[in-house]
Amino acid sequence: MWLELERSRHTHFPLGIHIFLQLNIVGLFFSYMNITRRTLSSACRWININCIRNISYSQCAMTSSRHINSKRIEGLDKNVWVAFTSVAADPTIVNLGQGYPDIPPPAYVKEALANAAAVDKLNQYTRGFGHPSLVKALSQVYGKVYGHQIDPFKEILVTVGGYGSLFSTMQALVEVGDEVIIIEPFFDCYVPMVRMAGATPVLIPLRLRSNKETSSVSSADWVLDPEELASKFTSKTKAIIINTPNNPIGKIFTKGELQTISDLCIKHDTLCISDEVYEWLIYKGHQHIKIATLPGMWDRTITISSAGKTFSVTGWKLGWSIGPEHLIKHLQTVMQNTLYTCPTPLQEAVAQGLLRDYELMGQPECYFSSLAVELEGKRDRMAAILQDVGMSPIIPEGGYFMCVDVTPLNQDLPHMGDDEPYDYKFVKWMIKEKVRKNQQLDATSYLRFKWHTIPFIYLTFV
Amino acid sequence: TVNEKVPNFEFRLIMARQLHARRIEGIDKNIWVDFTQLAADYKVVNLGQGFPDFSPPSYIQEALCKAVNGGCSMHQYTHAFGHPPLVSILAKFFGRVVGHEIDAFEDILVTVGAYQALFCTFQALVDEDDEVIIIEPFFDCYQPMVKMAGGKGVYVPLRPVSMEGGKALTSADWVLSSEELASKFNPRTKAIVINTPNNPLGKVYKREELQVIADLCIKHDVVCISDEVYEWLTYDGAKHVKIASLPGMWERTVTIGSGGKSFSATGWKVGWAIGAGPIVKHLKTVHQNSVYHCATAAQEAVAQGFQREYELFGTPESYFLQLPEMLNQKRKKLATCLESVGLQPILPEGGYFMISDISSLKVDLNDPSTQDEPHDYRFVKWLIKEKGLATIPVSAFYSPEHRKDFQNYIRFCFVKEDSTLNAAEDILRKWSD
Repeated sequence: MWLELERSRHTHFPLGIHIFLQLNIVGLFFSYMNITRRTLSSACRWININCIRNISYSQCAMTSSRHINSKRIEGLDKNVWVAFTSVAADPTIVNLGQGYPDIPPPAYVKEALANAAAVDKLNQYTRGFGHPSLVKALSQVYGKVYGHQIDPFKEILVTVGGYGSLFSTMQALVEVGDEVIIIEPFFDCYVPMVRMAGATPVLIPLRLRSNKETSSVSSADWVLDPEELASKFTSKTKAIIINTPNNPIGKIFTKGELQTISDLCIKHDTLCISDEVYEWLIYKGHQHIKIATLPGMWDRTITISSAGKTFSVTGWKLGWSIGPEHLIKHLQTVMQNTLYTCPTPLQEAVAQGLLRDYELMGQPECYFSSLAVELEGKRDRMAAILQDVGMSPIIPEGGYFMCVDVTPLNQDLPHMGDDEPYDYKFVKWMIKEKVRKNQQLDATSYLRFKWHTIPFIYLTFV
Repeated sequence: TVNEKVPNFEFRLIMARQLHARRIEGIDKNIWVDFTQLAADYKVVNLGQGFPDFSPPSYIQEALCKAVNGGCSMHQYTHAFGHPPLVSILAKFFGRVVGHEIDAFEDILVTVGAYQALFCTFQALVDEDDEVIIIEPFFDCYQPMVKMAGGKGVYVPLRPVSMEGGKALTSADWVLSSEELASKFNPRTKAIVINTPNNPLGKVYKREELQVIADLCIKHDVVCISDEVYEWLTYDGAKHVKIASLPGMWERTVTIGSGGKSFSATGWKVGWAIGAGPIVKHLKTVHQNSVYHCATAAQEAVAQGFQREYELFGTPESYFLQLPEMLNQKRKKLATCLESVGLQPILPEGGYFMISDISSLKVDLNDPSTQDEPHDYRFVKWLIKEKGLATIPVSAFYSPEHRKDFQNYIRFCFVKEDSTLNAAEDILRKWSD
């Protein structure tokens, strides 16, 4: 195991009584309000690994004041990240990286890529808005899911991951001065992307139902207050971003909840950006609903998905946006002026994977369902272990992640500094006291992330 | 009385206010989207878009297969700013080329093709009302990217000067006027974009020419964006010079390169920006807020490719020598063919392309659908529809202001199998008979 705290994925939590640590397979996500440079360098010392990268925002002498950054990226570099590289061989070091599976992708998907790479033509440029065989496969799969025809060339855009779809959407549709409503906790990139588009993020938190005890909480118990939500819509609101299943909590918005949101979208004439990258990871008893299928919503919604999350190949960085032509065409304009086209062999391989699973849709062998079944077992196992050690997990209805309330552990941490959120201190304490000292780590002290991995990795810590 | 139009209920479903952001206004037209579609619709011999129709070298295809079969980590996220094996070898390789150390983790950003490196550069450095000098003819995306960043393109053309009273026959004959170039610099100038070897002309800027540009950059404190995707493809002894290696230029230059062009695998979309850390860090900010990561396996394969090329550099086994040698033959073959049918080629010193003067051709372009378009657009479309040969009109590589002055050239890509070039030759000969 090796320690690598990476920047990429961390989420913002509303400050409140419950302190949550999002657990992620190879990363600890922690809220980082007001993390200062001093804190980062302190973290460096405590963790004490070879830092091959010095995080310094302004130490390099600027050769010229004219070579300054454009205003649009002002303040967006400081999305806190700490990059430590693993001293890979050191067995005392714990891998706390970002969110991705460490089980292999399905064999037929890898084979499809190897096959594609062997075809000369597939090593050259393809159609900018999406490789024809891929958009046609997407049209088939999602035509079935949506229950209406989806034009592969006008209503789909293939992008560099779900991330690229989010970016294309913001750049295409969000204007300087607009407001964009974001539901907390949220996948961290939403805010900087909204800001880079010159717009203002307007935040609204999910809150735990008031009548809930903290034992046996599910992500379904975290809800929006409809009145509070309504109050966030103003004449400047251009869009609302929803993420279902949600990262990090794992909430799957119910039809009723989506209806409330869509009523407001229609009433205030706003767009909806629906991040559904975890759409297939739905656990028993729950159903994923596409807000774009609600009345009046198709024309004002962009729905975003990810090959990386669908086929456990995050390193392929392919995603897509689906929506009406009058919106998608603007995303396509952004695409043709940003990176033009996505890699061809990867797109071909995803197309093959989709076609295979399209035939099996609804059957247990379909990877879209079989992955969810596999992960559900791991979810339950992890939840049980956490509960055993006195923590209170929020059982997610979907997705990759599980959040855990550590307050029941009642760990007092005055010696960990006093200008940081409790959860950040807790994590550092964990690393310093429980990991770094290489004690007899038992299940109680090791916080697992998402369960999307072979559980035995966890156990080797003992 | 006026009959009121029946209200269009469809519009009630779409927002009453403007949907799209202003930043994408005026950049929705794209020549590649149009002409690739056209080439696909008609059965054509395609010398249009710039990509090889032959295979990448086998070792690079093998490297990708190896990466694909190489364990879990090849299919999951790698480091955001570049897969460590790739940035490390790029630093080593190009450090040796420029003659000073390049920091793999500070001075390099890996991007989704050179295209995205250009995007990150403009977004990172160009603000509203900044001016960016662009030398014409230019790869078409510079203009809309500057526009999307709120900047203003300021154009200065290469002009053909005849040598010893004869026609301007090679790309070396197309030059900048130093005075004209100097006049374009002012306090609002943020950057200048150069592309060497140049697309579409094939010009390879000489050291003296780059020195003139460098002097102006230093004098006016301007960033130089140097698009060098065709850096290995120079012919007839022309030498590729990196402007970043000139004195005073490293700290103000972003040099952009392409795995796709280096290894004849354009569909992999692996590119990079190399420059001084303080500038590259801003490109990284754009990158981390737009795509964040690039595909891992492709980066691993390109890293393997560069490792091999590092060891074989300068030897006959180096692909970076074999490729220009192979393309040189094709370049000469196409040039001969074009000359023989009265299409005066301008012999390129480097790159993938050759442009040809069509002004001597008398063709009845009786196509009402292209009536209002520039002459070269009309000609290219006619050539596709009537003769089954695809090329690209060169006025697409000029600013809206200057387009009308350069309507008599079309661009051919000669990075094609001999069979493709032969087929093109057949079409041209038949037509000239």
